[in-house]
Amino acid sequence: MSNKKVETGAFYARDRAWQPPAYTPTYKTSVLRSPRKALLSLDNTVSEITGPVFGHNQIGELDNDLLLNFSETGELPVGERIIVHGRVLDERGVPVSGALIEMWQANAGGRYRHKKETYLAPLDPNFGGCGRTITDENGFYSFRTVKPGPYPWPNGVNDWRPAHIHFSVFGNGFAQRLITQMYFEGDPLIWKCPIVRSIPDEAAVKQLIAPLDMASTIPMDSLSYKFDIVLRGRRSTLFENRREGN
Amino acid sequence: MTQPLHYLKETPSQTAGPYVHIGCTPNFTGITNVYAEDLGTSMVNDQTEGARITVKGTVYDGMGAPVKDALVEIWQADANGFYNSPSEMRGAADPNFTGWGRCPGDMETGEFTFETVKPGIVPFKDGRPMAPHITFWVVARGINIGLHTRMYFPDEEAANNADPILTRIEHQQRVPTLIAKKEGDVYRFDIHLQGDQETVFFDI
Repeated sequence: MSNKKVETGAFYARDRAWQPPAYTPTYKTSVLRSPRKALLSLDNTVSEITGPVFGHNQIGELDNDLLLNFSETGELPVGERIIVHGRVLDERGVPVSGALIEMWQANAGGRYRHKKETYLAPLDPNFGGCGRTITDENGFYSFRTVKPGPYPWPNGVNDWRPAHIHFSVFGNGFAQRLITQMYFEGDPLIWKCPIVRSIPDEAAVKQLIAPLDMASTIPMDSLSYKFDIVLRGRRSTLFENRREGN
Repeated sequence: MTQPLHYLKETPSQTAGPYVHIGCTPNFTGITNVYAEDLGTSMVNDQTEGARITVKGTVYDGMGAPVKDALVEIWQADANGFYNSPSEMRGAADPNFTGWGRCPGDMETGEFTFETVKPGIVPFKDGRPMAPHITFWVVARGINIGLHTRMYFPDEEAANNADPILTRIEHQQRVPTLIAKKEGDVYRFDIHLQGDQETVFFDI
């Protein structure tokens, strides 16, 4: 456990102009799955300020190493070896320690290992496609994996997903719960993708594009991409009953 | 000229997509050799305090079709109204209750199930009691940003009628969308993403 003070403030209001709206008709599945009535605004109560925590004891040694965590023979998966790393911060720039990150992705050919996946690209017998980790005391995390391939999907007649990794993140409060996708610098499919374009603000999209990070590559071994994740910030409780959180 | 505020922007959400199970419940989709157990499968053990309950439900789309690829998470207080969280400052929660559960919709029917306990009373910001409730968070293919809602209990009519949140809903005819139905031993809480019965979702 860290010796940081426990924070109990409510979270900053979510910027709904920065986040994608529910109804984005060029991403067709959203049409029938989008609430049409206004969300009811609810300043956080203790039910939203609190959240589950996950311990390092729940995480296995290879859970963040997708090169090794699936294969039972020790053979490596096909594809570009990469390290994906970064920090989880909140909107104040404060590192979020103890954050559970779960990630999943297609293999190098763009194929997911899932019961309902039917793309003709083959499964890789040495690649499962899931990983998880918990951020350290400074909010840092890292995964080792292969770069996922792009793949076609049934939306428009000829829509393709850019290469991406899905991220699910828990911060310190349930109101911070977030699922997103990371894209790769230089991928020309990013700006054509209806799911990417559900986000109205170009600057917000850029927040999902991980740059190549030569400083963190391993020579003769792995390239590296850096992906920082920002969760909602907590309001200060300085002028409320308790002086915690400052 | 002023100083810049230097706040960061929250990372934008993207849909969980149809393969959310690979990352969040891999055993459920047949990836059984990576994690021993899917997180959130079990909320209680033999020593958990309080009345055991089963909560079932289905997420429906705007045509009334079940959403078979949804992932549902719940977060709730223990039987005494305390959250098992470091941010809980009011008292110690039951160490035998996690308060957090995760369940994918059944691949054929879309139904989710949680075995949990009935939560106790938790105070609103001003100290008034909130009626017992469970926070729900729903993601799926086609949902661009996770949806928060709450389930209340049909056998808590007096508490529900005084609840600070239920009472401030302008269109009171929508309140029943937040109240589970009792079916034998099961509380059923169906979630309608859209349409006449659209569930009240919160911007929390």
